[in-house]
Amino acid sequence: MQVEIQNLSIAFPTASGMSLAVRSVSLTLGNEKLGIVGESGSGKSLTARSILKLLPRSARMTADKLTFDGIDVLSANENAMRAIRGKRAGLILQDPKYSLNPVMTAGEQIAEAWRTHRRGGKREAREAAIDLLAQVKINDPARVAAAYPHELSGGMGQRVMIAMMLAPDPELLIADEPTSALDATVQAEILRLMEDLVSRRGMALILISHDLPLVSHFCDRVAVMYAGRVVEELGAGELAQAKHPYTRGLLECMPALSHPKPRLPVMTRDPAWLV
Amino acid sequence: MSTTWREWLISETPASRAQAAWGRRYRLWCDFRANRLAMAGLIVAVAMVSVSLLAPVLAGFDPGAQNLTLRLARPSAAHWFGTDELGRDLFARVLFGGRVTLGMVVAVVVMVAPLGLLVGCIAGYMGGIVDRLLMRVTDVFLAFPRLILALAFVAAIKPGITSAIFAIVLTAWPPYARLARAETMSIRNADFIAAVRLTGASGPRIVLRHIIPLCLGSLVVRVTLDMSSIILTAAALGFLGMGAQPPSPEWGAMIATARRFILEQWWVPTIPGVAIFVASLAFNLLGDGLRDVLDPKQR
Amino acid sequence: MATSRLKALAATTASVPITLFGLVLVTFLIGRVMPIDPVLAIVGDRAPADVVAAARLELGLDRPLYVQFWIYLTKLAVGDLGRSVMTSHTVGEDIRRFFPATMELATVAIFLAAGIGIPLGVLAAVKQGTRIDHTIRVVCLAGHSLPIFVLSLLSLLVFYATLGWAPGPGRQNLMFDDMVPVVTNFLTVDALLAGEWEVFRDAVAHLLQPAGVLAYFAMAFIARMTRAFMLDALAGEYVITARAKGLSPMRVIWRHAFGNISVRLVTIIALTYAGLLEGAVVTETVFSWPGLGQYLTISLLNADMNAVLGATLVVGVTYLGFNLLADVLYRLLDPRVS
Repeated sequence: MQVEIQNLSIAFPTASGMSLAVRSVSLTLGNEKLGIVGESGSGKSLTARSILKLLPRSARMTADKLTFDGIDVLSANENAMRAIRGKRAGLILQDPKYSLNPVMTAGEQIAEAWRTHRRGGKREAREAAIDLLAQVKINDPARVAAAYPHELSGGMGQRVMIAMMLAPDPELLIADEPTSALDATVQAEILRLMEDLVSRRGMALILISHDLPLVSHFCDRVAVMYAGRVVEELGAGELAQAKHPYTRGLLECMPALSHPKPRLPVMTRDPAWLV
Repeated sequence: MSTTWREWLISETPASRAQAAWGRRYRLWCDFRANRLAMAGLIVAVAMVSVSLLAPVLAGFDPGAQNLTLRLARPSAAHWFGTDELGRDLFARVLFGGRVTLGMVVAVVVMVAPLGLLVGCIAGYMGGIVDRLLMRVTDVFLAFPRLILALAFVAAIKPGITSAIFAIVLTAWPPYARLARAETMSIRNADFIAAVRLTGASGPRIVLRHIIPLCLGSLVVRVTLDMSSIILTAAALGFLGMGAQPPSPEWGAMIATARRFILEQWWVPTIPGVAIFVASLAFNLLGDGLRDVLDPKQR
Repeated sequence: MATSRLKALAATTASVPITLFGLVLVTFLIGRVMPIDPVLAIVGDRAPADVVAAARLELGLDRPLYVQFWIYLTKLAVGDLGRSVMTSHTVGEDIRRFFPATMELATVAIFLAAGIGIPLGVLAAVKQGTRIDHTIRVVCLAGHSLPIFVLSLLSLLVFYATLGWAPGPGRQNLMFDDMVPVVTNFLTVDALLAGEWEVFRDAVAHLLQPAGVLAYFAMAFIARMTRAFMLDALAGEYVITARAKGLSPMRVIWRHAFGNISVRLVTIIALTYAGLLEGAVVTETVFSWPGLGQYLTISLLNADMNAVLGATLVVGVTYLGFNLLADVLYRLLDPRVS
């Protein structure tokens, strides 16, 4: 499995012409864990979703190359994309409160994902759903399977989401800020669970976040995005060698217990970065 | 010059509050203008209002002048829409009918919008027993279909334009009260109102400066959309003999008297019908466009 | 969970008696401001003075307003709505006779309206901003803007007089009058019960035109609401999830997006059904449909007060009933409401 992105741009129409949200981004991803870090509006989420062609309706996407394992995503229609979505690449969204269907039980939603990609009966699907819920370390999978999303906590909901996306056994998992909506205590737990499942199944992962140290902890490689561009790509262990002033700025804003600072610096943004 | 005005208006970094406010209005206008159906509605509505106001100049005939030698004539160069069963010029009657209808609409809106806003804001801001009492009353009036309550009410007083106006007001205010109450309640508990209150603003100031302006958007949309249903209710009352009375050239009443000619001289009842349709469609299109621009959350 | 749902249900129904009371009070007050002397309406204007005085006493018209209201309430409690001057039957009898015809009309209309309006609304939302969407939007706006009596008249002109596809006004061919025994007063049902196919076919033919006219207005509203709800649903994050799962577009639209709005649509349909009572008043007048609407308008023109107030009250109560039904359905069917 290999994802190749070359010179990807995504634009939205506004009153004063097209506004670029992603500007000529190039990335390649093999069977590895890639973190994409950036602030809100930096284009990290759009870049990742472009692989599944799940962009807002008004978005205009152009690229020299955008392939998923040799399949040309740029020219693929909805039908062709369905061979990739779910089956080969899953997507986990930020807040299970909104990303799970509120009028279907957790079990139904997982079973649906399972049945769509693996031919099988309803009963098999239901059993698979309960099994998957057990795999995401839910103690009482049968009860959770029968519950509606609003009856589940945020952490529970996100486990259901992970189980649902793992159901068709994909090769790539895209997690779009999977823990930002959760309580701090649950965040690490969910990330560890996800990392564990991904490693054990030998899957690739794209983890999108605004938390640079956290991402570097779980990923092999980190791409830092600012204003629609990838400003720096680093190995996870090389944060200290970051060259770009934006990355350095992000790291310096972190309070550290080992080196207390009297005052945290304020991020300065150089308009020259945009050129 | 015009380009610089535009640049000043759409600037992403306004230098003053006035520039930001006008920029916002300009953008709303751009959004609205892009909606061709809404623009058509606006143009037709403006045209109908001006034509009705200018009716005495444009009509060419007295809407009440009978000419029994020329009954039920087909449309011609002299009588653009033909004549009715008493030989009256239909074009003149339709124009003057516009004055009756639009006059009723204005009268209703002028009474209903402030009434509903007042009841709703009081209920929403005071809460408690006042709120519950007012909302019960609103519920009772919402429990009748509009036309039927209006019919019963008009029958109780006396058929005619004035009682039709009051009947429509009586049936039209509850949705406004509900709307204003819902808006007031949601705004009242918003953080920025708490902030305003912390700066020491008084209750009336909060309602006047902060709550009512925020209700206005949805109120304007509601009024515009409601205009078409006021037109339709007024026409239905006229048609059923409970609104404007013949020989008044009210569109609904005209159709009622010309109804029996539908199979032979079909244009006589159809033309006022088309007038009602065009007027009500124009306000619907306009209201629809305004809603998309001013109140995008409740599309 | 079931008990909390029942509790919420009890809370919504608790306000109904109060609204109902208000409804009766408003109807009563409208009756009292009427310029027509209710006594003369009952005994006729040539009745001797002592009869008039006796009737006045019986109605309690010399007593204070709240006593009169109490008399009105006690009579209402036993279903006594007074006597119609025009038909010389009791208003209760009249309503039992005319109301089923209206319900028959409205029921056929609501099925037509929902059957066409829902798919149109979904289609418009899915094709948002395209020519299909704009066309559906204009068709719906026309439905909101056309006076129903004009459409009724034009429909008669086109389908009855010009094309000859539809039978004329009325509920059935005069030939078939009184041919089937009255059981439910729904003519189609009664004809089926009696096994009279000719009568049934004739009744359906007469029903389709007024029902179609009514259905257009209801359809416009249902399609518009469906479109709005669907746009809302399609913008939901769970739709992205469903697409990311690799589901077919049909499944995303119908199972996920539509599945989320179906309960709200049920309540909209219940409300529209109630709203058809209003449209029926005008449609029935044009099509000479012997329903409650026609009864109401004829009584209005004859200043038949008891009939007007009785019909108004019945319509109000039915309307209230449908509103309540909409609320109850919403609370029972939606898993999110607890």
